[in-house]
Amino acid sequence: MQSVVGDLKHEVTQLPMPTVGVLALQGAFNAHAQALRQLNVDVREVRLPQDLDGVDGVVLPGGESTTMSQLLLTSGVFEVLTQRVEDGLPVMGTCAGLILLAKRVLDARPDQVSCSVLDVTVRRNGYGRQIDSFEADIAVTGLETPLTAVFIRAPIIEEVGSGVEVIAQHNGVPVAVASQNVLAASFHPELTNDVRFHELFLHMISSGSIVRNDR
Amino acid sequence: MRVKRGLAEMLKGGVIMDVVTPEQAKIAEDAGACAVMALERVPADIRRDGGVARMSDPEMIEGIQAMVSIPVMAKVRIGHFVEAQILEALGVDFIDESEVLTPADETHHIDKFNFSVPFVCGATNLGEALRRISEGACMIRSKGEAGTGNIVEAVRHLRSIIGDIRRITQADSAELFDWAKKLQAPLPLVQEVAELGWLPVPMFCAGGIATPADAALAMQLGAEAVFVGSGIFKSDDPAPRARAIVEATTHFRDASILAKVSRGLGAPMTGIAMDEINQRYAERGW
Repeated sequence: MQSVVGDLKHEVTQLPMPTVGVLALQGAFNAHAQALRQLNVDVREVRLPQDLDGVDGVVLPGGESTTMSQLLLTSGVFEVLTQRVEDGLPVMGTCAGLILLAKRVLDARPDQVSCSVLDVTVRRNGYGRQIDSFEADIAVTGLETPLTAVFIRAPIIEEVGSGVEVIAQHNGVPVAVASQNVLAASFHPELTNDVRFHELFLHMISSGSIVRNDR
Repeated sequence: MRVKRGLAEMLKGGVIMDVVTPEQAKIAEDAGACAVMALERVPADIRRDGGVARMSDPEMIEGIQAMVSIPVMAKVRIGHFVEAQILEALGVDFIDESEVLTPADETHHIDKFNFSVPFVCGATNLGEALRRISEGACMIRSKGEAGTGNIVEAVRHLRSIIGDIRRITQADSAELFDWAKKLQAPLPLVQEVAELGWLPVPMFCAGGIATPADAALAMQLGAEAVFVGSGIFKSDDPAPRARAIVEATTHFRDASILAKVSRGLGAPMTGIAMDEINQRYAERGW
């Protein structure tokens, strides 16, 4: 299988400033917005369906997936978001955001929704409670040096479907994955000052596909 | 520290609800709470009953942990580091060193760096907030006046903290020494606030929130999330009120949504005016 991430250094900087929506119903949306602004992205907070108009990509942050699930439904964002992502809108999900993208979620509330666009099985709070939260330096495909990954009551990726590439592992367990227009991690790249994971997402937006074009 | 502060980051934009039974915890989770605070009596009842208020029974906390999948917080008395050790052993996700319980130490707060579980502490002004952060608090909540259903004190504390942050960002480097002296706070933290234009940890609002409008007021004033104590389970109809406060906290700037969710919620908790109370919890803590 081809690598999902190419050589980002040139492509990101050449392109016009993309507009990226950050789902701002609950959670660490501000930290994502700050990381994206460092990369000269026009950031838009998404609380209502119309906030998705004209965005080039969308980020689903960490937070409580049960809370976000409910607010996605009451705000009407869920339907529009799912449609846009199914139609190919690039999306990045971290922690709870991963849960909101996964096709199969274990230990979820029965009424919890997911966009079901990423062929993985995740278990909510799979790494345990807050006292089990941790940090680790992990190698990520496409990044030259390891990334410090912060895991907070993180979901664990238990199964990965055939169309999904694992781009980072920790102790043999997948912690970041990519497939077509979806990039997802069980950790929090937004909690460090290192914005390289967000650069991967901008690469996905700018190249129209995360599959590397071997030019 | 990043791991501990990280959970506070995840709770932003959310509502943390006081619950006294597993059934209430379920109602809170169903309503969209991003965390619950497990305690034996809500502040309004502590105020009414008097006596010494202590950490909750571990069995009751475990019952709530078993009932919900969202983070579970619990309170310890100010300075009571053994209660904190017990809560850490229970695997509680966040500890609130709280003025709502009867203080155990009249001089010292807990050295929160000794724990791997994160702590939240209350503050009425910026100096108090920075002293708590210097002891290792990973989140600050404006104290308000718990158990009153009256937002006035929360507004006072938020305005005091945020107003001083704004003034500090305008101070020159020499003035920061004086600010540190006036605030009785460590100079490096004062300098960090001047640099960031904000506290180095998230700041939430607590104490007196009873309606969706109260929650949105706290958010518009600059709080990053809200704690609701007696306001939900001391109202006529807790579940719809809890849902409405969750909606209001997310859509805090959208008056048409606030109008929609504020309708038909039944009576809020009665509440009490400040001159009717004889014990101000906010004065506890040093």
